[in-house]
Amino acid sequence: MMKKLLSAVALLASSLAMAAGPSIPLDKAPIDLHDKASLQNGAKLFQNYCLGCHQMQYQRYSRTFRDLGIPEDIGMENLMFTGEKVGDHITNSMPADYAANSFGVLPPDLTNVARVRGADWLYTYLRTFYVDDSRPFGVNNKVFPLVGMPHVLQELQGVPYQAYETRLVDGESKEVYVGIRTDGSGELSPEEYDRAVADLVNYMVYTGEPSKLESHSLGIKVLIFLLIFFVLAYLLKKEYWKDVH
Amino acid sequence: MFKNLMSWIEYRLPFTDKMNLHVMQYPAPKNFNFWYFFGSLAMLVLVNQIVTGIWLTMNYEPSAEGAFASIEYIMRDVEYGWLLRYMHSTGASAFFVVVYLHMLRGMMYGSYQKPRELLWIFGMLIFLVLMAEAFMGYMLPWGQMSFWGAQVIISIFGVIPFIGDDLTLWIRGDYVISGATLNRFFALHVIALPLVLVILVFLHIMALHEVGSNNPDGIEIKRDNDGTVEQTDADKKFTFHQYFTRGGKKIIVDAIPFHPYYTVKDLVGVAGFLLVFAFVIFFVPEGGGFFLEPPNFEIANPMKTPDHIAPVWYFTPFYAILRAIPDPLLGAIAMFAAIIALALLPWIDRGKVRSVRYRCELHRWNLVMFCISFVVLGVLGVLPATPTYALLSQIFSFTYFAFFGLLWLYSKNEKTKPLPVRLT
Repeated sequence: MMKKLLSAVALLASSLAMAAGPSIPLDKAPIDLHDKASLQNGAKLFQNYCLGCHQMQYQRYSRTFRDLGIPEDIGMENLMFTGEKVGDHITNSMPADYAANSFGVLPPDLTNVARVRGADWLYTYLRTFYVDDSRPFGVNNKVFPLVGMPHVLQELQGVPYQAYETRLVDGESKEVYVGIRTDGSGELSPEEYDRAVADLVNYMVYTGEPSKLESHSLGIKVLIFLLIFFVLAYLLKKEYWKDVH
Repeated sequence: MFKNLMSWIEYRLPFTDKMNLHVMQYPAPKNFNFWYFFGSLAMLVLVNQIVTGIWLTMNYEPSAEGAFASIEYIMRDVEYGWLLRYMHSTGASAFFVVVYLHMLRGMMYGSYQKPRELLWIFGMLIFLVLMAEAFMGYMLPWGQMSFWGAQVIISIFGVIPFIGDDLTLWIRGDYVISGATLNRFFALHVIALPLVLVILVFLHIMALHEVGSNNPDGIEIKRDNDGTVEQTDADKKFTFHQYFTRGGKKIIVDAIPFHPYYTVKDLVGVAGFLLVFAFVIFFVPEGGGFFLEPPNFEIANPMKTPDHIAPVWYFTPFYAILRAIPDPLLGAIAMFAAIIALALLPWIDRGKVRSVRYRCELHRWNLVMFCISFVVLGVLGVLPATPTYALLSQIFSFTYFAFFGLLWLYSKNEKTKPLPVRLT
C-alpha cells in the first residue's frame, strides 16, 4: 500500500516537471553573469536591435552602465541614441497604438522577460526563426509558432530556413526536421551568431534581476555568519541544559 | 535613580511578576523535541513579515497604474529593496511551512484535546486570517498571477446561491478586478488583517499559558497534590510562579522554566531556520517558481489569460479539493469543510489518550495517510486538471476526509497503550 502510494507521488512529481512548454526541446543557454564582456555585448545588441520596438521601462541606463562596468561617457556615446539622460529608464518613443497595430500585439516590455520565459526559452527562440511566406513578416518560429515579431537579427544570422533530412523511421523514409540552417548571407558565422544571442540573453537575465550580482556575494557572508551563530547557539544551549539532563 | 524609577513602575504595572509568570517561572515540559520549534519560528516569521512589510510600504504604490512599476522600483532603485522584498515574499511561504508543521505537531501529540480546545480554535483562526492575508498580499505586485489568481479565488464566492454575484461585487468593489480591488486589498493586507493576526496570536499564547503546554508524551506536568506523584529532587530545583500550583493544590513535575532553557533552545532552532531562510532569499528567491511564479513578473493584463493558473503552493491542497468535485458549489463547500474539519478536531477525536506514541496502531497509519493525502493534494493543485489528475484529486480528497471519519469511529473505544507516570 505504502509503496504504491509513494510511486504514485513520484509519478506525479515527474509529470509536474514536464508540464507545459514548447514543441521542440530547449537548448541550454550559456549564462554567466560575471562575464562583463558578454553582458556589454548583450547590452549593445539590445540597444541596436530590440529597443526600436521593445522597452526596458524598469531599468535605468545608469544602472546598466554601473553594473556592467561601462563608463558613463562611453555608454552615453555608444548606447544612448536619442538624447536621454543617464538616469532615464530604457524606453523608446513608439506609440503603443501604433505598435499594437503594426504587430497585432503590443511588443512586451523586456526588463523581466528572462524571469517570465526563462533563459533557455529566449536562447532557443532567438535561434529558431525560419522563412515562412505565409506569415506577415515572412518568418515563423519553432518555439513560438505564429509569433508576430519579425526576425530582426536576420542581418547577423542570414536568411534562416528549416533543414530536413530523409531518415528511415519505422521502416519508412520520412523527412525529419533537423534544425535551422542559413543561406550564409549573415554577418556572423553560425557559431558567432549563437554567441551573440547568448550575450543578448545573458544581458536580459541580468536586467531581470540586477540584484543577483549583489545577492550572491552578500548571501555567502550571511550564511557564514549564521553558521557561526548556529554553532555558538548550540554550545550555549548545551551549557544551559547540563542542569536538566 | 533607576531603582526608584523601576519601583515607581512596578507599583503601577507589575512587570516583574508578569515576566516571571510568562517567561522566567513559566513551567514547560522538559521533553520538547524538534517539532516544538515551529511555534517560536512562526512568531519570528510574523515579526519578519511586519518589519519588512512596513519598509516595503514606504515605497509601494497601491494603484493599478503604479503597483507593478513600484515593485520594480523597490527591486532596482531602493537600497536593499530587493532584500526587503525577498525577505517578505520568502517569509510568506516560510510562514505556511512552519504553520503547517506546527499544526501537524498538534495533531501528532493530541495538543487540541481537552483542555486545549480553545487554544486550538485560536490557532485555526490564525490560520484562516493568515490565508486571507497571504491571498491579499499576493495581489499587490499586480502581476499576471496576482490578477488571475485573485480572479479564480474571488469567483469561488460567486457559487454561493442567491447572494454569490453580489458578494463577489462587494469583495471586488467593482464589476471586474481593478484598482479599486487592489486598494482595498492593500488596506486589509497592511492594517486590518495584521492587527487581527497579532491580537489572535496574543490570545493563542494567553490560552496556552493558562492550560500549559502539551508535550510528546501527552501527559500533564501539573498533577494533583494528593500523594499519587512525588516531586523528585530535580523537580524541586526550579522555582515556578505560584499561579501554576494553584495555591498548593497542584505540584509540578518534569518541568523546567521557559527561560533560560527554552529561550536558548529556540535560539538554536532560529539559527537553523535562518540558514535555510537566508539560502532561499539570497540564492533561489523564486523557490523554483513556487514562491514567486514566473508569470507574475509580467504586468497584469485583463485581456490575456495565462496558459495555466495555479494558486501559490500553500493553497493548493485546498484548491485540489475544490476542483475534485465537478459541481462548483459542492466543491466550494468541500474546500471550506476541509478547514472546518480541522477546527473541529477536539470534538471529532473522542479519545482520552493524546500522543500518537500511546494510541492505537490504526491511529498512527490514519495520521500517515492524512499527511500523504495533504501533500498529494498539494501537488495535484498545481497541475492542470486532466481526467487522471481529477480522479486522483477525488481519491485523495476522500482519504483526507476519511481521516476525520475514521478518527471519530475508532477513538470512542480505542485500545491504547499504557501511559507513563512521568515524562520520558
